[in-house]
Amino acid sequence: MSPTSGRRPIVIGVGALVAAAAVAPTLPSYPLTLLTQVAIMAILAMSLDILLGYTGLPSLGHAAYFGTAAYAVGILATERQAGFLTCLVAGVLLATAAAALFGLVAIRATGTYFLMITLALGMVVWGLAFRWVSLTKGDNGIAGVPRPDLALPWSLAAPLPFFYFVLVAAALAWAALGTLARSPFGLTLQGIRESETRMRALGYDVWLHKYLAFVISGGFAGFAGVFWAWYNGFVSPVDVQLVTSVETLLMVALGGPGTLAGSALGAAVIVFLKNFVSVYTKRWLLILGAVYIGVILFAPRGVLGALRAPHR
Amino acid sequence: MTRIRIVASAVLWALATSLAAPLGAPAQSAPIKIGFLAPLTGPFAQIGKDMVNGNQLYLAEIGGQVAGRKIEVLVEDDEGNPATALNKSRKLVDQDKISILTGGMLANVGYALQPYIDAQKIPTTYPVIAADDITQRKPAKWIVRTGWSTSQPMHPFADWVLKNTKYRKIAAIGMDYAFGYEIIGGFQQVFEEGGGQIVQRIWAPLNTNDFAPFLAQLRRDSDAVLALFTGRLALQFVKQYEEAGLKGKLPLLGGGTITDETVLPQMGDEAIGLITALHYSQALDNPANAKFNKAFEASAGKIPSYYSEATYTNARWIVEAIKAVGGKVEDRDALLAALRRVDLKESARGPLKVDDFGNPIQNIYIRKVERVGGRLQNTVIATYPAVSQFWKYKPDEYMKRPLYGRDYPPCRYCQ
Repeated sequence: MSPTSGRRPIVIGVGALVAAAAVAPTLPSYPLTLLTQVAIMAILAMSLDILLGYTGLPSLGHAAYFGTAAYAVGILATERQAGFLTCLVAGVLLATAAAALFGLVAIRATGTYFLMITLALGMVVWGLAFRWVSLTKGDNGIAGVPRPDLALPWSLAAPLPFFYFVLVAAALAWAALGTLARSPFGLTLQGIRESETRMRALGYDVWLHKYLAFVISGGFAGFAGVFWAWYNGFVSPVDVQLVTSVETLLMVALGGPGTLAGSALGAAVIVFLKNFVSVYTKRWLLILGAVYIGVILFAPRGVLGALRAPHR
Repeated sequence: MTRIRIVASAVLWALATSLAAPLGAPAQSAPIKIGFLAPLTGPFAQIGKDMVNGNQLYLAEIGGQVAGRKIEVLVEDDEGNPATALNKSRKLVDQDKISILTGGMLANVGYALQPYIDAQKIPTTYPVIAADDITQRKPAKWIVRTGWSTSQPMHPFADWVLKNTKYRKIAAIGMDYAFGYEIIGGFQQVFEEGGGQIVQRIWAPLNTNDFAPFLAQLRRDSDAVLALFTGRLALQFVKQYEEAGLKGKLPLLGGGTITDETVLPQMGDEAIGLITALHYSQALDNPANAKFNKAFEASAGKIPSYYSEATYTNARWIVEAIKAVGGKVEDRDALLAALRRVDLKESARGPLKVDDFGNPIQNIYIRKVERVGGRLQNTVIATYPAVSQFWKYKPDEYMKRPLYGRDYPPCRYCQ
């Protein structure tokens, strides 16, 4: 199995991007905002895929970097009226810095221990968001985060321009992460996933590769967090909590780890299931659960993983 | 072949129903759509259900219509999550074209929706969300609160304690989040101005499993203890307070939710004697409340909590406003003005009207837990009529002070 061989995910991904861009103007604003949410969640899921799918490190604390960036934007935009670039750079840098710090602790562990350490570190960020009231406004959250003004003829406050804005960001993130995954660095990560000892024997610095993957992944999670803050206009500890991390992990697992486009697909499925099924029944969690179980039983490598021919 | 036929007929049916709706009736007699948010999954699901029940009960009582138009309620699950609440509101506003938005339970949901509601200009009421600043330092133009503001019952409560008890040194323990700060802070503000002292303030995390370490810290030289908890924590705190042998020694006072009717039926004798303050009690003795109690018990099979009363009275409030505009809910400005003018001479919780900031001026009840006819109830022992969210302060002076918080008012008498 080699994730770089199949061209199908790229075709599907480009197709989905073009289709989304083409369909958007005809959509009413509610489905459009959901589609915007899918694009943001897709960036987050793809960032985690670098860790989970390519490096084989399942992180349960990805909401920490996502949330750190969202908080950075929330605080800068409301208290300092910071503009587009300041928010974007500060958000991504802070998330990257948080990942660089946490990575030092987390990368020593593997398997279940890695899950537990990332979970604990994620809770640290949640605790800060919840308790550092003077900075984060605690449980009440930061409301009224304005969307950036790009001096374009269209205001990003309207759903359609904002959707295109996010779609471009998602496409850029996909291209960047895809290039990374195909680079020699990315291939090394996959080698580490398959056999750490063999890679070490070949002379690769396994720790450094894993650490860099962790930091890059955190940075891109932060990139998603920046847009999330603009999208909702609101940041609260809920964005940083464990449920967000778990949901991201499920998106990747559902779509197919090691296929960036698959993670995006997983994000789309979960966002739409959550928002559409819950309209019809209070028991929507049951249906979501059934979908997870179905995927695990019938397509253990995720939806896109299952579409991949031929199996090893 | 059959599959194609099924798909085709489904598509036709969908087309037919979607076309029929706008053609069916002129706007004036079309149903009035009300969007209703409540947490129906997650830890607050039970409260969410109470909220839905109260709302449905009132609308059923008036036959589901007003001013010649049917009322259609679209209930959405906000999961107690601000991002979900925003999503669902977008759905209700953009797709369902609701005329009025209502519901919501948690403070962060209230703050998250506020900018969206003001941008969309949707007349909205908050029956339960109590965070002070929504009608104080950050008032929302399009939101009318039909419930209460968190510190509203606590100002008169402190006044009552000063006038009717000898407690002058009180130790406070509350949940470590905004709701806890505003409850304890409101009490402290008035209590200390009247000569009392808060001698200790303990903030317990929301996921506390054992109160023993906190109970051990409580100062035994204080005259009484003021506590604020909700749900599971309320049950556990009151129980452990008795087990620690504190009940006989340090009288227990509390914010209203510590004995509200979502937890009271599950409490035992340990709760008897607890004194709290809130804008409602299920045991309140007035004809409107008697009628509400009877109808609610008949339909839901249990006694109503303040959450049910909140959405019941909220539904009535909305209906009164719709009547006032003659059913023309499409005129949003007029509807908003009507919502702000509602004046209920008698409701299940007493007379209600709105102040200039969109918060009710209402009675505050000092309640004591007693066992009556075999079950526990919050017996009303004193009534403060027509209490404003600003108590006796001038609004602008009141709002110059910071919002009650973890460190405000400062704990001057703490050691």
